[in-house]
Amino acid sequence: MSIPGGTPILEVKGISKHFGQVRALDRVDFEVHPGEVVGFVGDNGAGKSTLIKIIAGAYQADEGQYFFDGREVHVHSPRDATSRGIATVYQDLALCDNLDVVANLYLGREDCFGLPGPLGLLDEVDMEKRASEVLKQLSINIPSVRTPVASLSGGQRQTVAVARTVMWDARVLIFDEPTAALGVAQTRQVLDLIKRLRDRGMGVILVSHNLANVFAVSDRIIVIRLGRRVATFDVREASREEVVGAITGAQFGEDDGLPHPAEIGA
Amino acid sequence: MTTTAKSPADEPAVVDAAAHAPLRQMPRILLGLLRKRISEGELGVVPVVLGLVVIAIVFQTLNSNFLTALNLTNLMAQVAAFGTIAVGVTFVLLLGEIDLSVGSVSGFCAGVLVVLNVKYGWPALPSLLAALATGVAIGVFDGVWVSKLHVPSFVVTLAGNIAFLGALLFILGSSGTININDPFLSDIANRLLPVALGWIIAAVLVGAYAMVSLRTFWRRSRSGLVVGPFAAVVARIVILGGGVAAATAIMSVDRSRSVISIAGVPMGVLVFLALLLGFDLLVQRTRFGRDVYAVGGNIEAARRAGISVDRVRIAVFALCSGLAAAGGIMAASRLFAVNQSSGGSDVLLNSIAAAVIGGTSLFGGRGRPRNALVGALVIGAIANGMDLQALSSSVKFIITGIVLLLAVTIDATARRGREAAGRA
Repeated sequence: MSIPGGTPILEVKGISKHFGQVRALDRVDFEVHPGEVVGFVGDNGAGKSTLIKIIAGAYQADEGQYFFDGREVHVHSPRDATSRGIATVYQDLALCDNLDVVANLYLGREDCFGLPGPLGLLDEVDMEKRASEVLKQLSINIPSVRTPVASLSGGQRQTVAVARTVMWDARVLIFDEPTAALGVAQTRQVLDLIKRLRDRGMGVILVSHNLANVFAVSDRIIVIRLGRRVATFDVREASREEVVGAITGAQFGEDDGLPHPAEIGA
Repeated sequence: MTTTAKSPADEPAVVDAAAHAPLRQMPRILLGLLRKRISEGELGVVPVVLGLVVIAIVFQTLNSNFLTALNLTNLMAQVAAFGTIAVGVTFVLLLGEIDLSVGSVSGFCAGVLVVLNVKYGWPALPSLLAALATGVAIGVFDGVWVSKLHVPSFVVTLAGNIAFLGALLFILGSSGTININDPFLSDIANRLLPVALGWIIAAVLVGAYAMVSLRTFWRRSRSGLVVGPFAAVVARIVILGGGVAAATAIMSVDRSRSVISIAGVPMGVLVFLALLLGFDLLVQRTRFGRDVYAVGGNIEAARRAGISVDRVRIAVFALCSGLAAAGGIMAASRLFAVNQSSGGSDVLLNSIAAAVIGGTSLFGGRGRPRNALVGALVIGAIANGMDLQALSSSVKFIITGIVLLLAVTIDATARRGREAAGRA
């Protein structure tokens, strides 16, 4: 896949953010297109989390513009972001261990009949039907949708968290270190799922320290360093060394004599 | 995938095959299910029921009056009040919170009832509603204090426990005891339903349960969802029907020792069971109940899912104190009086013990109101049996304390077991 042209599904321009005297972000641009996986990398403290939180509505930028589908929008809260279809899959997954898969997929948005509001009766059959369909579409294999999430493996839990966002029509999905706690096979499950999401036309932002994973699924890699966007790579033309160089601030592709971390944080 | 013991692919197939097995194979299927449950440590309420059987055998051996219609009906009537409180405690425990004030709140609200009714001459029904509203208001106060001011529920309700004990003494004034004369109020616990009506209610209850579970089974299989063995559905209906029929039969026997007949289900027992089932349905079947489990399971996840966590907490504390008021009213009605020790001594301990023994976890997110019945029966049977042995209060308190400690230990151990099995 070439670098997609056209209108990005989500674009921020000239984002700056200060925390007291510290400048966390300095006029950063960021964009993700439909059907694209953007790997977003940078060293600890480079400003990745800050930008992600601004995109997700958890922080407000001091300066900058926010475009969704080419139109400028104002995102003041996480709710503003999720209502536009921008969802974050958190590291701690935000699942309720004591509830089963169906209940977690529908958490806070249960299908009910009878009375309105909190006394509505849960329509378990319909919820289970639709939950199974969504899991099937995403080729997610779970022993039973009625098992409590606590008994699932780390990879399965991750996929349930993703399925929840897909279920509610997310169009941009932000993964924050999705594979940090996972084994090899489980990591592959999650990466495969990210590819399937891209093939469904979603925009995916993958924040990770693990360059092997970033290279495995990304179409573009955006590097941020000391609060500035310093490089953008087409993944087919980039080498691991170039990306590491951009992250650490060394010359691209040149050996500066210092021992490079072969894979930062991995 | 590497960590799951059972093969995900073939489980649904096995269950599907079982769903259409002939009834002749029923015992084998049920045994298989039971064995699977045991190996997974998901036995639910079964061990507690077995414990109840053991308790019954022991006390019956010690005193042949234990398993008589009179004593068993008494037992049900005794557990009705604190069992009702235990239903409320279950809600609070589901959130991973605690309410240590349910005892004195129950006493205080009963005090409000009799003071309004006797001292101020209010009619029975408005007094009753005012007492319940007092309970709900206390719970709202607790909930606001816990969720908005971030004071641990342990502290808020411990303070409430002392304060409402004082409040009860205050409103009772110098008399110390106020007797209930209003027939409506004494009927709440003591009136016996006509035997026929008891049977009708029992039949309707079992019929409704059977209808709902069969309908769910068919709707699920029609929708192509995985269903358990049909035999298990039938078995549950039969077990519930048998239990309800046995209980109704026992309470319908003439237990009088004189010529005047005493038979029928006491109203208090019916009120307790109705509240128990009603709130069990609330927690299992409604969006509110789902929110309660979510907040108890992972408060951050609940918040991110858009659940109004504070509102759920306040509602749960309000429910708990409201049910404490209801339990206090039932206890007062049963004793025909409210006095300075109403809601005191072992009411708090008994209601928390009933919820915990019924399998509701102190760590939040696990359990259901329905099981408070079994827990209350365990606590009630031990107290009742010790009364028949004429044991002193000292021994009774010690034994009740030990039973509670054991129950909580079992909860903690089971939790560790689930964690080890990756099901926490």
